[in-house]
Amino acid sequence: MIRRILSTAALEFRIALRNRWVAIATALMVVFALVLAAAGAAPTGDIGADRLSVVVASLTSLAVYLVPLLALLMSFDAVAGEVERGTLPLLLTYPVARAEVLAGKLVAHMAILALAVGAGYGAAALAAVWSDPASTAGLPALWRLMWSSTLLGATFLGAGYALSSIARRPSGAAGLAVGLWLGLVVLYDLALLALIVADGGGGFTTEVLPVALLANPADAFRLFNLSAAQATAAAAGVGGAAATIPLWQSALSVLAWPLAALGLAIAAFRKVTP
Amino acid sequence: MTSTLTISRLTKRFQTVEALAEVSLDLGPGMRVALLGHNGAGKSTMMKIILGLIPFDAGEVRVCGAAPGSAQARMQVAYLPENAAFHPALTGEEQIRHYLSLRGESPRRAMELLERVGLAKAARRRIGTYSKGMRQRVGLAQTLIGRPRLLVLDEPTSGLDPVSRRDFYALLDGLAAEGAAILLSSHVLTEVEARTDRILILSQGRLVAEGTLAELRRRAALPVGLTVVPAPGAAEALAAALPQARLAGDGTLHLACAQDEKLGLLARIAGLGGQVADLDVIPPSLEDIYSHFSRRDGQ
Repeated sequence: MIRRILSTAALEFRIALRNRWVAIATALMVVFALVLAAAGAAPTGDIGADRLSVVVASLTSLAVYLVPLLALLMSFDAVAGEVERGTLPLLLTYPVARAEVLAGKLVAHMAILALAVGAGYGAAALAAVWSDPASTAGLPALWRLMWSSTLLGATFLGAGYALSSIARRPSGAAGLAVGLWLGLVVLYDLALLALIVADGGGGFTTEVLPVALLANPADAFRLFNLSAAQATAAAAGVGGAAATIPLWQSALSVLAWPLAALGLAIAAFRKVTP
Repeated sequence: MTSTLTISRLTKRFQTVEALAEVSLDLGPGMRVALLGHNGAGKSTMMKIILGLIPFDAGEVRVCGAAPGSAQARMQVAYLPENAAFHPALTGEEQIRHYLSLRGESPRRAMELLERVGLAKAARRRIGTYSKGMRQRVGLAQTLIGRPRLLVLDEPTSGLDPVSRRDFYALLDGLAAEGAAILLSSHVLTEVEARTDRILILSQGRLVAEGTLAELRRRAALPVGLTVVPAPGAAEALAAALPQARLAGDGTLHLACAQDEKLGLLARIAGLGGQVADLDVIPPSLEDIYSHFSRRDGQ
């Protein structure tokens, strides 16, 4: 089983390398992270946090948008593309389980994300430490951001595979992926914000909001990183909400979502008839 | 020895259309069987059911003693799809290495397999640059992985030139000699004629004929054609002696007769002596037999 997954992963990694996905993802993360590192340098003196912690807080906000987008862009073609190329029927006559096929793709795509995230955050950290040696205090937060970003990516990779299986056509899958990204990453927060304003600190804000934040993998990721790091102080706004939710709950959401998404993807892929 | 593939009373419907109706088939080790039928006759549907890619509505299918599509069946079945497709960004060698790994074989055997199908030189080029015939060979190479007990080949020789076709059938003969059962579909009837043990004809989802070519020929009882070339100046006399003959534009006479009348007719023509310059006997071709059977139930 391991051998079939690894062989699939190696093949998918090679394809992504040739399609320049590895280069695109890495370059995108590095450029954005460096821009944030440069822009986030200003308020250091006022807050009293080390520079890297501030950068980590900025990177968290970046990752919430960029990592799900990259993950969906890499995954929407995974099943629909095989259906369109006509490679799926032959693959499914091989003694390989559908779960193994998806697991292989997930390993490859997660490796690419980890590479991009590592390069991007690493570059931003180097820049921070270089200008402020005390920044090494922020390294644990950076490490936490790296692995939780990769897990956030895994969640959206799984969601992308599921959409790809449901759509069965790359164009349809791309549309669904964009819709999911807009919904979970952008509109979800806007809707919550509107409800908080309308509620005015009532039952919704204290009872429903924490659950709503934990139920969305992107929000849980943000909460987890902000409440875990000292950077909480540096991030105004969400900080208040983050304080009311225990760390273990957001950590659980960050860890559980990738598994749930993969399960969803496998269930959707099983329904595909080549 | 148990049979490699057993199908009994297989029925498959797509909504209201009956794609396969009560098809039965038995395939033993080392047998090469050709599946013939017009487009939409149910050939590909039947193959996909045998491979476990699509479900069926009624009947029973056993592949190497297991359910179609089960892990045990998939270990022993090789498939070549009608239009073999692969990811264009991969090289032939990388693709075959992956398929070897999936079957639990050493990926190092990839070059050896590609050499067997004549693709060694292009092995390190991307499949996106391959011609249709070359992609088909990659498809053939992957069917040779492991020791499949059943090969399901959907139009395996489409896109291959005549020399590659001959090589391909030589490969199949080798596999059949080692005990693999082979089920293939083809449109090129002449090659099927020479290279298969048994022929199945599907029409509108029904198995309308099954047997060796000689059996089918006997059962179809199609008329034998005779072409008589008259000696110079003897055309009219000959036409009078053979009243049932039709005079063609080039001055030859065409006759048709049932199989059992053939020898009598030949004796009569031979008895005409010097009036006959030449004589050709044309047995019904596989095309004739095929259209005879596929039309009988169809239209």
